[in-house]
Amino acid sequence: MSNKINGAVEIRWHGRGGQGAKTACLMLADIAFTAGKYVQGFPEYGPERQGAPITAYNRITDKPCKVHSNIYTPNYVVVVDETLLKSVDVAKGIKKDGALIVNSKRSPEALRPLLNGYKGRICTVDAESISIECLGKNFPNMPMLGAIVKVSKVIDANEFVNNMRESFEHKFAGKESVIEGNMKAVVKAMEEVEAGE
Amino acid sequence: MSRRDRMSGNEAVAEAMRQINPDVMGAFPITPSTEIPQYFSKFIADGKVDTEFVAVESEHSAMSVCIGASAAGARAVTATSSAGLAYMWELLYVAASSRLPITMAVVNRALTGPININNDHSDTMGARDSGWIQIYAESNQEVYDNFIQAMPISEEMRLPIMVCQDGFITSHGVSNIELLEDEEVKNFVGEFRPENYLLKHENPLAVGPYGTSPYYMEVKRDQAQAMKDSMPVIMDVAERFEALTGRKYGFFEEYMMDDAEVAIVIIGSSAGTGKEAVDRLRMEGKKVGLIKLRVFRPFPRQPLAEAMCKVKAVAIMDKAECFSNSGGPLFSEARNSLYDLPNRPYAINYIYGLGGRDITVEDFYEIYNDLFIIYDTNKPGDIYRYVGVRDSRYGEHGFDHKKYDE
Amino acid sequence: MITKAKDINEKITWQEITTGAEIYEPATSLLVETGDWRVMTPVFKEDDCKQCMLCVLYCPDSSIPVKNHKRRDFDLVHCKGCGICAKVCPFKAIEMVKEDK
Repeated sequence: MSNKINGAVEIRWHGRGGQGAKTACLMLADIAFTAGKYVQGFPEYGPERQGAPITAYNRITDKPCKVHSNIYTPNYVVVVDETLLKSVDVAKGIKKDGALIVNSKRSPEALRPLLNGYKGRICTVDAESISIECLGKNFPNMPMLGAIVKVSKVIDANEFVNNMRESFEHKFAGKESVIEGNMKAVVKAMEEVEAGE
Repeated sequence: MSRRDRMSGNEAVAEAMRQINPDVMGAFPITPSTEIPQYFSKFIADGKVDTEFVAVESEHSAMSVCIGASAAGARAVTATSSAGLAYMWELLYVAASSRLPITMAVVNRALTGPININNDHSDTMGARDSGWIQIYAESNQEVYDNFIQAMPISEEMRLPIMVCQDGFITSHGVSNIELLEDEEVKNFVGEFRPENYLLKHENPLAVGPYGTSPYYMEVKRDQAQAMKDSMPVIMDVAERFEALTGRKYGFFEEYMMDDAEVAIVIIGSSAGTGKEAVDRLRMEGKKVGLIKLRVFRPFPRQPLAEAMCKVKAVAIMDKAECFSNSGGPLFSEARNSLYDLPNRPYAINYIYGLGGRDITVEDFYEIYNDLFIIYDTNKPGDIYRYVGVRDSRYGEHGFDHKKYDE
Repeated sequence: MITKAKDINEKITWQEITTGAEIYEPATSLLVETGDWRVMTPVFKEDDCKQCMLCVLYCPDSSIPVKNHKRRDFDLVHCKGCGICAKVCPFKAIEMVKEDK
């Protein structure tokens, strides 16, 4: 893989205020740190408004990362809300060997016409249905986190699942159903993510 | 012994404060520094520190609380940003002229006009003449390390100190960090034992007297001397810190300067992005370097001039305008420092990153490219420049750099 | 630098001025002889005085000493001659007179 910065994997997250894209971004940084990586997780800040498009970024590297700019040519882009495809050029700058991962019920090729001529790899996962099935509510961010780890292989999948469980157990101590629901959603998304060309 | 962790710059400051366990915090929330008192008040609520938190109705009062507490003999801390720092203005001077060693975490944010919550250095650069020591950080690690070094410097010199970091970029960005053990921090920072203070009953004290014309100037001259005398203290504390952690600090950091032909001088988080540009240009065989200024007050005039003199052309970068029509505040002082040297490099200024405008590795390529043009032609051209601004003179998209219209 | 208030005057150098302009003792206003500013001087007529102490409370410069529950003659080293004491005295026991300097 030809990553420009320190062998870095760079990920850009697109979501809407309130959907948890920032939380998922910071959680990925957390989990990658636990796996021994150098990490950056940072959202792009503006006035905080529910429903407004937001962007967040991850750099995950084997060597300390000095760069403090936003990410313009990511390896991977995660779209937490499919409706953003209409208003945001989500595929902008994705590297040739990278991929776009969208929360959608549709197939990867069905999305391509919406992507401004993007020719790279598209993956889809129905994070909404997974979330409703596993958690009873539409929280698509954790399934999307599972999907990006599966597709990017930025950390080992088994190690990721174990670390996620620990992290949830820490975060939701005593709330067994929340922990199990989230774990189920993450694992299911890793299984179901549809990797297109 | 150190602990590896990951946290944001704001968490790192709150963690350092927890380890120090100061006597008083007076603070008022403002983006992007709000999280510091927020995290810290949780430590108080959880009984992890016994700091008296004074919730005030404004930053003017937050600084007043710190002044009162410090004069009374307590160790006082606060945190603020942007308009909050501006609202403290009057008291910044009171704290400094009363020689009260207050430690303030500043999370740099643009000053209003137009309203903006993102990072630049206009807030602390505006406060550069208030008599506070100012130390800036590139990364979360440096924010933490600087905060721990701040108190011994400040208390030794009886000068207040601002520990600055870039809003959102480091304050809200999570990254790896090495933390010290609580005992190590406590031993490093030590106890605050002022010789005289308001609550020392056996020796009553008056603070903040009216300084009429026959006295005011002597007080100011003495204050100026303290700023000068703080230079070796800053270095002593840095050496002591290096002995403890292995992490080296000084007035500035020289990056690949030994054989450099051109260089950039810069403050804060963007120095890291600049270093990445240096690394990549070095791989192409280009002799480029970078100087990251850590201490802006006191200004390390002579050592900085000597470092800049290693190259033939320097670009001095300002994340703040001062509308002097002669470049930004760092440029004015850094260029001034070159005047006494017999062989001076060309020195040009770039204003960058205002109100959160991003600066990329590619932007630094352009700047190094401009420096090599000066290097080759011996013509500095316009010395007062902007980078990363839309300009109708550059192409149909109005940008001077490719990244915006790929 | 810790310099005592009695040594702080208009000849002091910046090296000798106190750090942060702090004053390290109490009651330093006693060192300033404000009596020099006086144009009119209060004269205490002890025979008319009923020791009501009103003048003592009103004096802005604490220039009326009290001992053993009785006011004594004026502290003319510090009295600025404002005349408030004469104004408030219900028994006309204080008279303001022009001083020959």
